Amino acid sequence: MKIEILGTGCPKCKKLTKLSEEAINELGVSAEIVKVTDINKIIDYGVMVTPALVVDGEVKVAGKIPSKKEITKWIEKN
Amino acid sequence: MKEKTKIFIIAAVFIFFYFMPFSNYRMPQAILESLLMAQDYARQHVLLCLIPAFFIAGAIANFISQENVIKYFGAGANKFLSYTVASVSGTILAVCSCTVLPLFAGIYKRGAGIGPATAFLYSGPAINVLAIILTARVLGFELGLARAIGAIIFSVIIGLSMHFIFIEDEKKKNLNANKNLTMGKVEQEDKPLWQTTFYFAIMIGILIFANWGKDESIKIWQIIYNFKWFITGILLIVLSWIVIKWFKKKERIQWVKSSWGFAEQILPLLLGGVLVAGFLLGRPGGEALIPKIWIENLVGGNSLWSNLFASVVGALMYFATLTEIPILQGLLGAGMGKGPALALLLAGPALSLPNMLVIRSIMGTKKTLVFIFLVVTMATFSGMLFGNFF
Repeated sequence: MKIEILGTGCPKCKKLTKLSEEAINELGVSAEIVKVTDINKIIDYGVMVTPALVVDGEVKVAGKIPSKKEITKWIEKN
Repeated sequence: MKEKTKIFIIAAVFIFFYFMPFSNYRMPQAILESLLMAQDYARQHVLLCLIPAFFIAGAIANFISQENVIKYFGAGANKFLSYTVASVSGTILAVCSCTVLPLFAGIYKRGAGIGPATAFLYSGPAINVLAIILTARVLGFELGLARAIGAIIFSVIIGLSMHFIFIEDEKKKNLNANKNLTMGKVEQEDKPLWQTTFYFAIMIGILIFANWGKDESIKIWQIIYNFKWFITGILLIVLSWIVIKWFKKKERIQWVKSSWGFAEQILPLLLGGVLVAGFLLGRPGGEALIPKIWIENLVGGNSLWSNLFASVVGALMYFATLTEIPILQGLLGAGMGKGPALALLLAGPALSLPNMLVIRSIMGTKKTLVFIFLVVTMATFSGMLFGNFF
């Protein structure tokens, strides 16, 4: 599974990364977290408001930090 | 990269101690000024102005549906609406400075095109709620209002100019801009519009009445001043009633959380900005490290040169969110003219050396240069205009 965090490096993006790492560890699944910081790539996802979370190529949330529960749900579904 | 940063920091500290004229008679004065300026902010601006402003910003981030605004930036949106929305939506969308560039890139590449994108880039950082509130509070109402209005009007002019200068490129590009912009699937229950409006009106009311200044000239304002705590108290009670009645527990927690998020992010930067501004420039009336005469020579009065200098410096310098305000306060106190101050306020937050590089990676060197040129010219011009009247 591939989890991408889109964001230019603001505090919110770091928080989202941390939450996702925690969610993965708690579920014990193997997933790769990739940080996407290049604006042009972020735009290619159609995301304008960072931070955003992408699971297996699908944008799950943009513009706010989801709760860990929500992240866990998205990861479990895949 | 990490090692490089370390070396850079050590070198900077070394140069600081090597060259700093500690034995100079101005030093103790400058340090005192910087501490006093921080105290001024702590006593006058934090409790009554910044904290309510953080709560308003937090509420905007949570309870105003940003998706409704962003749909006006789409490729198919009505052009007139795109420009209008781009020029004013910074109030809602740019509360955190790190959201401005991705939005700009999105509007440019996938949405309404270069015109609205540059309009947003110019006005966004200047008219975010926190910036307007603190500018009006610290630098005076006229300057706060001029900043907001100047940013809105000139953003449209700049956007339209960019559009017409690069109209050929735009026609080619729009053919493949059809992928939709997305906010992701954010579940958000909208409250009735009147509730949201009322809720914001009450918060703005608290902000205004808590900061009501003493004014002897007009009778009614004097009466309001005498009752300001009474009015503020009533509004606070109404607000708590709203929050308890209309909001779910989850929404209340979110509101407090995102307000705290802004405070956490902005307060340290602002403190740094205040200390540096106080150290270099002193409070209004006081003198610190930089002699007043320098400031007066460079940006005093309202000449073309002063305005141009202020806007070029503003365009190059990086201001962390809100730090432009204490710096300008220091400059104004040291003899900067009001015109150049506005020029700096307009050119400053929209541009900085680091963000020029990002902008260049998005729209190329030529367009970036034209944009910078337009921003500097417009800022200079509006500074001169403002300086003439006030």
